Amino acid sequence: MANPGTLAPTAAVNAVNPDLDEPRGPKPRKALSRTNIMLYGTLIVVAMYYALPLYVMVVTSLKGMPEIQMGNIFAPPLEITFQPWVKAWAEACTGINCDGLSRGFWNSVRILIPSVIISVAVASVNGYALSMWKFKGSEVFFSILMIGAFIPYQIMLYPIVIMLREAGLYGSLTGLVLVHVAFGMPINTLLFRNYFASIPEELFKAARVDGAGFWSIFFRIMLPMSLPIFVVSLIIQVTGIWNDFLFGVTYISSPDRYPMTVQLNNIVNSVQGVKEYNVNMAATLLTGLVPLVIYFASGKLFVRGIAAGAVKG
Amino acid sequence: MALSEAAHAGAQTEQGGPSHKPVRLFKNISAKIASLPMVFTALVVFLGGTIWTVVYSFTDSGLLPRLRWDGLDQYERLWNSRKWLVSIENLAIYGVCSLIGTLVIGFTLAALLDRKVRGEGVLRTIFLYPFALSFIVTGLVWQWILNPQLGLQSVVRGMGWESFTFDPLNNSKIVMFGLLIAGLWQGTGLIMCIMLAGLRGIDEDIWKAARVDGIGTVKTYIRVIIPMMRPVFVTSLVLIASGIVKLYDLVVAQTSGGPGISSEVPAKYVMTAMFGGQNLGQGFAASTMMLVTVVIILVPWAILEFGGKKRG
Repeated sequence: MANPGTLAPTAAVNAVNPDLDEPRGPKPRKALSRTNIMLYGTLIVVAMYYALPLYVMVVTSLKGMPEIQMGNIFAPPLEITFQPWVKAWAEACTGINCDGLSRGFWNSVRILIPSVIISVAVASVNGYALSMWKFKGSEVFFSILMIGAFIPYQIMLYPIVIMLREAGLYGSLTGLVLVHVAFGMPINTLLFRNYFASIPEELFKAARVDGAGFWSIFFRIMLPMSLPIFVVSLIIQVTGIWNDFLFGVTYISSPDRYPMTVQLNNIVNSVQGVKEYNVNMAATLLTGLVPLVIYFASGKLFVRGIAAGAVKG
Repeated sequence: MALSEAAHAGAQTEQGGPSHKPVRLFKNISAKIASLPMVFTALVVFLGGTIWTVVYSFTDSGLLPRLRWDGLDQYERLWNSRKWLVSIENLAIYGVCSLIGTLVIGFTLAALLDRKVRGEGVLRTIFLYPFALSFIVTGLVWQWILNPQLGLQSVVRGMGWESFTFDPLNNSKIVMFGLLIAGLWQGTGLIMCIMLAGLRGIDEDIWKAARVDGIGTVKTYIRVIIPMMRPVFVTSLVLIASGIVKLYDLVVAQTSGGPGISSEVPAKYVMTAMFGGQNLGQGFAASTMMLVTVVIILVPWAILEFGGKKRG
């Protein structure tokens, strides 16, 4: 704990070189060789740097304000209190609303569920059409879609405001859902397209010979065998949409309907009143809880998901 | 690929009669109808939206968009704005450091983990979890840790090093490095995972051959392994770069662009101009500049990656 965190990456970089001078080979017999001490020492220091913010969040959120003012940010709480959590959830103020982060939580849930269901459904059908039922121009549309994933979203923000306004959806949760569906489309379509392209051709041909059409092949044959990829897509969408800030702040006009991330930022960065760091950290942790639970519960699938979802940047 | 062509051919033989035009359009009709959301998103939202913004960046739109031509005035004003210049400079500093830092740390961690380390799963889980979090959460946690009165600085001072000063979030000279610490914390895990996958894909025989030839480990990494992993590095580079250009949430949460305007970034400039300052034309011009930056990054990559066989 002597070196709390921030300088660790440089230390890690420096510590690597002597370590790597040793020949690579089967694991040395001696558990306490110099190489191993360097290797594990470096990894542990770096791991502490990565784990530190989560630890600080938890510890701070369980302290009372006097203890925070007096003490050490890294010290465990002397007296554990859940008051900050209660306050963050049910009483914290943004502007005139003082019903806590629960409002943002439920808004996020109301945005999340339809967005995820629609975007996964649309993307799976897209991927299926793109891999098995190519039509003239389908590759061009797909290329435009993929380029769209790399372009800064800022350039499309305002035209979408106009489109939503024309449709009477600007400022509503429905409008935001549609935006999430559109921007989740590139990566998830890519995911499904690559997956369906790897399914044996014979299967598709046999179904065609038996007279099955577009939808019946999709529902009867493709869906049942693509459960893993649905889970990966689900993970990408749930974490991506839950963590979104840009679209929430752009397309929701009333603070009553802000998603959790936007409300969290408003609570913590509000300039009024005394800063209650324990409440802030409890609120921050609450917002991070959903993706964290998904991350720790899904393990390897999450890694697959983000490796694919990485283009989302 | 082959599969879909077969399907295509199948559809043709079934439906292809002597008449041409209507059949061509209705051939494969379910797939076309099913793809309508994608076609709409690609053509109207992405392509149409981008073109719309570029066109309107040449107008004098203020509170509302209007097509009154203004030539390059918006761009002139943009490049004369101190806030924009600071934004660009900040993004350049952050971008270069983040690019190098993420690649070096990501590769180093991957190389360390690749040495048959015990507890690799646990370590990987720890390195990667920040990536699951929102930039808002990341920004707020690091804002708290870097708090000068109660955070890291005061702890180090409390341990006896009275003159220790590390207050990046209130020092306009180094505020971008305060953001960088948080950005690296969040982003390196992903690159580590990608690099690790790349390292795992390298043939064990390469290592054996290097050892037989008596080449040291570091030298093997630099001379043999890294050149072999070029595609992985290129992918990582593109991912990091396109993320850097989008940098916005982190700044909003951690510094709100402050102190003063010293941590402004282009994405934030766009948002402020469009939704805060009711200065749409500026927002459009600034976002068009962001687009140009991305195109400059993406086109060489697309040419490298697809060798001209696919449009980038």
